Amino acid sequence: MAHSHDDHHHDNELDPMAARVRALETILTQKGLIDPAAIDVIVETYETKVGPRNGARVVAKAWCDQAFADWLIKDATAAIASLGHTGRQGEHMQAVFNGGDTHNLVVCTLCSCYPWSVLGLPPVWYKSPPYRSKAVIDPRGVLEEFGVTLPPDTKIRVWDSTAELRYLVVPLRPAGTDGWSEERLAELVTRDSMIGTGLALAPEAA
Amino acid sequence: MNGPQDLGGQMGFGPVAPEKNEPIFHAEWEKRALGVTLAAGGMGAWNIDESRHARESLRPADYYSSSYYEIWIKALEVLLQRHGFVTTNDLAGGVAVDAAATPKRMLKAENVPAALAKGGPCDRAVEAAPRFKAGDRVRTKNFNPEGHTRLPRYARGKIGIVEVQRGGFVFPDSNAHGAGEAPQHIYTVVFDGREIWGEGADPTLSVSIDAWESYLEPA
Repeated sequence: MAHSHDDHHHDNELDPMAARVRALETILTQKGLIDPAAIDVIVETYETKVGPRNGARVVAKAWCDQAFADWLIKDATAAIASLGHTGRQGEHMQAVFNGGDTHNLVVCTLCSCYPWSVLGLPPVWYKSPPYRSKAVIDPRGVLEEFGVTLPPDTKIRVWDSTAELRYLVVPLRPAGTDGWSEERLAELVTRDSMIGTGLALAPEAA
Repeated sequence: MNGPQDLGGQMGFGPVAPEKNEPIFHAEWEKRALGVTLAAGGMGAWNIDESRHARESLRPADYYSSSYYEIWIKALEVLLQRHGFVTTNDLAGGVAVDAAATPKRMLKAENVPAALAKGGPCDRAVEAAPRFKAGDRVRTKNFNPEGHTRLPRYARGKIGIVEVQRGGFVFPDSNAHGAGEAPQHIYTVVFDGREIWGEGADPTLSVSIDAWESYLEPA
């Protein structure tokens, strides 16, 4: 991989971070301050239950159901909760719709704020300095790295998540999907399209 | 603070380099780092603003050479020591040596699903009427506080338009330092890219931040 994180691919006693985290977990467990089984449940939640498929369902429903889309615009937290997605780092949701002449892109320049309840844990690049520094000043350059080239007159709106509002981008529904079910449409909704670094997949690419 | 976390518009970090089919975790220790951080936060000794401030208070060279889970763990060690749960003696040997403060609560495994599903809402009632409304022209403050703030440097002293009033929220600049939640109204404020970046800015770009009321003045 192209990142500088390759050092941490081996979880063994020689890895200083693995040792450091294990020491911390050991100390806190011995003192009765944390329940190590709670860690297992937290990890399992984000490995198997909370991830970008949640957000894809929200987007696909918004594409098919205008009343739901309107609700999403008005009260995204409640609309998303109606599909069962609530909780940590999704307490105050906003949905922003691509359309007309505007493309939306979400970043957190100050840390790594991300809508966990609908997208799961953020990818490494989202939390790293290159994206956090560049997204607000050169979003077209960022998009090119993701293989996305927008028309030169498309307006780009960058949402810097500086507070506790969490943003979900609703990408444009791809052409050629008339009559598709929500389940089938959801397959076209990528994680990156809900951050704004991608577009929904074309039907032939899915 | 003007710390290493305040990255908007900085240059020289290289390509974003998105990873194809990125795994959720890149190592076993990252799983434990996430879990330990959330479980320790579950003791209720600090809030999200204090933990963000602990992360951004790492020395810049350390911050920039650490992955995000490394940043979390380094900051967690600071928080645990500050609040009396862990000592340098404990950390030196990797085993519990000294007595710990008594936490308010402990996150048990059976309570994790409910705790994660509930999250930590930080909207709060604010008695004072909002000072601004949608469409108002505002200027962000120019300040350089040594403590925690959520007004990025690139957006200080800039003129923007209030797009929407979002309601009252806990004020991180206060809450991070144990000075209370002191909730304020939040506004989404939009800036033309040229107002922020000046000459050579992308003319199709606009950038918004979510700004607490005290960050803003009429313009």
